[in-house]
Amino acid sequence: MPHKVISLISVGRHPQSGRSRRADQDSRAVELGLKLAGTDLDVVHAGNAEEPVLRQYAGMGLQKVTVLEQTETADAIPALSSYLKAEKADIVLTGVRSESGESSGMTPYLLAEQLGWPIVARVADIVEIKDGEAQVLLALPRGQRRQVTVKLPFIASIDNAAQAARQSAFGPGLRAKMDTQTGSTEEDNVRVNWSEAPAKARPKRLKVVKAKTAADRFKAATAKPQGGLGKVMKNESAQEKAQAIFDLLIEEKVIR
Amino acid sequence: MVIDWLPSILIVVLLLLGVIGMLRRASLWRAGQPEKVNIIAGLMAMPGRYLKDLHHVVERDKYMSKTHVATGGGFVLSMVLVLVVHVFKVEEQIVAWALLGALLLMLVGAFFVFKRRLNPPERLSKGPWMRLPKSLITFALTFIVLTLPAAGILPDGTGGVLLIAVLSVGIVIGLGELLFGMGWGGPMKHAFAGALHLAFHRRPERFGGGRSTGLKPANLDASVIGVAKPSDFKWNQLLGFDACVQCGKCQAMCPAFAAGQPLNPKKLIQDMVVGLAGGSDANYAGSPYPGKEVGQAKGSPNEIITAGLVSQETLWSCTTCRACVEECPMMIEHVDAIVDMRRFLTMEKGETPNKGSEVLENIIATDNPGGYAPGSRTNWAADQNLAVMKDKKEVDVLFWVSDGAFDMRSQRILRAFVKLMKAADVDVAILGDEERDSGDVARRLGDDATFQSLAKRNLATLGQYKFNKIVTTDPHAYHCLRNEYADFDKDGALAGVEVLHHTTFLNQLVQSGALKLDAFKGGKVTYHDPCYLGRYNGEYKAPRDLLRSLGIEIAEMERSGFRSRCCGGGGGAPITDIPGERRIADMRMEDASATGAELVAVGCQQCTAMLEGVVEPRPQVKDISEILVDQLIEEVH
Ligand code: SF4
Ligand code: SF4
Repeated sequence: MPHKVISLISVGRHPQSGRSRRADQDSRAVELGLKLAGTDLDVVHAGNAEEPVLRQYAGMGLQKVTVLEQTETADAIPALSSYLKAEKADIVLTGVRSESGESSGMTPYLLAEQLGWPIVARVADIVEIKDGEAQVLLALPRGQRRQVTVKLPFIASIDNAAQAARQSAFGPGLRAKMDTQTGSTEEDNVRVNWSEAPAKARPKRLKVVKAKTAADRFKAATAKPQGGLGKVMKNESAQEKAQAIFDLLIEEKVIR
Repeated sequence: MVIDWLPSILIVVLLLLGVIGMLRRASLWRAGQPEKVNIIAGLMAMPGRYLKDLHHVVERDKYMSKTHVATGGGFVLSMVLVLVVHVFKVEEQIVAWALLGALLLMLVGAFFVFKRRLNPPERLSKGPWMRLPKSLITFALTFIVLTLPAAGILPDGTGGVLLIAVLSVGIVIGLGELLFGMGWGGPMKHAFAGALHLAFHRRPERFGGGRSTGLKPANLDASVIGVAKPSDFKWNQLLGFDACVQCGKCQAMCPAFAAGQPLNPKKLIQDMVVGLAGGSDANYAGSPYPGKEVGQAKGSPNEIITAGLVSQETLWSCTTCRACVEECPMMIEHVDAIVDMRRFLTMEKGETPNKGSEVLENIIATDNPGGYAPGSRTNWAADQNLAVMKDKKEVDVLFWVSDGAFDMRSQRILRAFVKLMKAADVDVAILGDEERDSGDVARRLGDDATFQSLAKRNLATLGQYKFNKIVTTDPHAYHCLRNEYADFDKDGALAGVEVLHHTTFLNQLVQSGALKLDAFKGGKVTYHDPCYLGRYNGEYKAPRDLLRSLGIEIAEMERSGFRSRCCGGGGGAPITDIPGERRIADMRMEDASATGAELVAVGCQQCTAMLEGVVEPRPQVKDISEILVDQLIEEVH
């Protein structure tokens, strides 16, 4: 029996121009969905069916896009979770986080919680689906992969390491059907109270390169981080944990 | 005796069969899409177009033009008179003498065709084309003998039955080629299709010395955008393909072919003929696509072209340099056909190769191919003190900066040009961040949807302001603004505006004395004509005038002017990057080095980038504005 695969898509935002576009991770989710289910893939968006960006996704060769029609301020979770339940999805693919809106990265987690399904985060590829289980490759830093086996149904958030999305073709995108259903009317209370600001790059820890030779520098740049420096504190008291963090900050000269 | 009538009967039968073939051929063209043409006016204009426009091109090869006039003219005249003398049996001796004259003329022409075919250059197709001179000679000789009695040179009935039998064989061979073959796809098809192609050409503006180089807009509402199958071409495009004489002049000029990329414009047109008639390319007897075997291609009017007839790499190898179109004596439009097929690949299949998809996505999201922040478009001019249209509203000269704004090398050209304009006190402003990519690359990559969207948005911006001239340093933007935006300029944003390339504009400034320049003291200089300035817009003179105004004597390359070779940078070719045996830019730089020049003057940032990408040692490369600015005599105010 073919598996029911659903990719969730949102309106992305180009980092340079701020213009709407197909979101990078979401379109990778569609690409992976196409690999798994071909034309049977169901692609779902909660929002406005007139949104031109949906045509960019459809240009990847989709016959139709399912749109759970709702206003911008409505919460996407209830509509999506009832849709997924009704459609008896086996695998749901999303981006890790959206490029616009709250961009909290919570959508896959909230859906998994509501549906009671497992979630696999930062998936690079789904290699095989057999006997109600999927072989999933997780993306780790520096191109490393970890293979895990997950029981269907599950939700996977797709990492930037997954296969890049194919080109979007104008003609098929234009002609794809927008299959609209009513979405939810529930206001997204969290969002209403948020204010949007441009994201700032997270501060990066300065690397003190002690290497003397080119070979050492190359190693420092590419080798996987050596463990041993960190410490796992599980049983210590809150006091001790706080002290450890405080010591580290002093040691790193973050505070003096 | 019945046998006396045999020649006449044969003539009539072959004529009829030929006509049937022609009607069948015409029905093949009608499988194409409708396109309005003025039938009467076209047919009336046809002889003039043949004598002037077509011969203007053939004339470049004096040997062939004389040969063709003698053979073709002789044949048409003889054919008419053959009907008069041998079918309608008009017995005036003077007519028979006229026929003899025409046949002799044709015989002489046919002899020269024969001579050329003794040792044909590589560009010519062989196969059936090799037998053509023999058929022509057979025709002429047969009818000369057949006409001798009518002219009173030989008594009637000379030679008896035997001679008539021999002559009948000659008639079958000669007319079989010339009439039957014309209708049924032999080499002589070119005469019939070529004549009609001249009459119903899709770009009638090209005749009478005109120029028509802008691509035609794609119909974005069509059920399939672009050309997927031969029958998706306009009917007169199909007719045009059928006019090809396989002379290979296009092949000899094609930079992609010379670089060993899998493209040969002649073979491409012949493959289109295979597609429109159905069948395979097994009978093709010319040079192949480099690296591809002949005989594997199959197609029919309703089969997808890229599924077996022409490979995608072939279509993406083209730089859209128009060298083939410029050279084609039959005025066939290769570039239109190639872009039509690319439109299908990009807009229907989403299969633009290599960086194509990324570049298109960037253009869509940021209005520039590099994906830079649109708000940084004017960063290059931070120290230039240039007025912006948003503030000025009205100005004499609008400087269209183009995407060179994002590229450090191109910025040097932009700055040089600005400095020259300031020295000449030009009232100039730029659009600043309101400018967008012209859409050139998107359009050549087959994404006409994006081109049209950019054109419309650019026009909307331009429509808000008043200016007399638009000047740009980028020949590609120049071409779009001048030749391709008009199709979308509903509100007349560019009506009455003069669109100029910076070399033309600078030349005006120099001629009027607004720019004072010192003599150039460097070494030898050659000039590379950018395709989009030269062949696309006919501007060969201004850049040369400018160089001469510096006292430079240009060391011309062998391929220059309308025969200039592309730098390899057009048509999105550096983006799709189809591998060949050599790089086009390297070949062009060899052309330049061969003149002994130390400096290559160009008028295009893309050419500059391509030619500077060639490994040293090689001549320096500079835009004309950079050369001028070094010689500028700055007046102290
Ligand atoms: S336009 Fe230039 S590259 Fe393209 S086929 Fe013609 S000659 Fe070759
Ligand atoms: S396309 Fe034109 S130039 Fe090329 S072979 Fe045919 S007739 Fe000659």
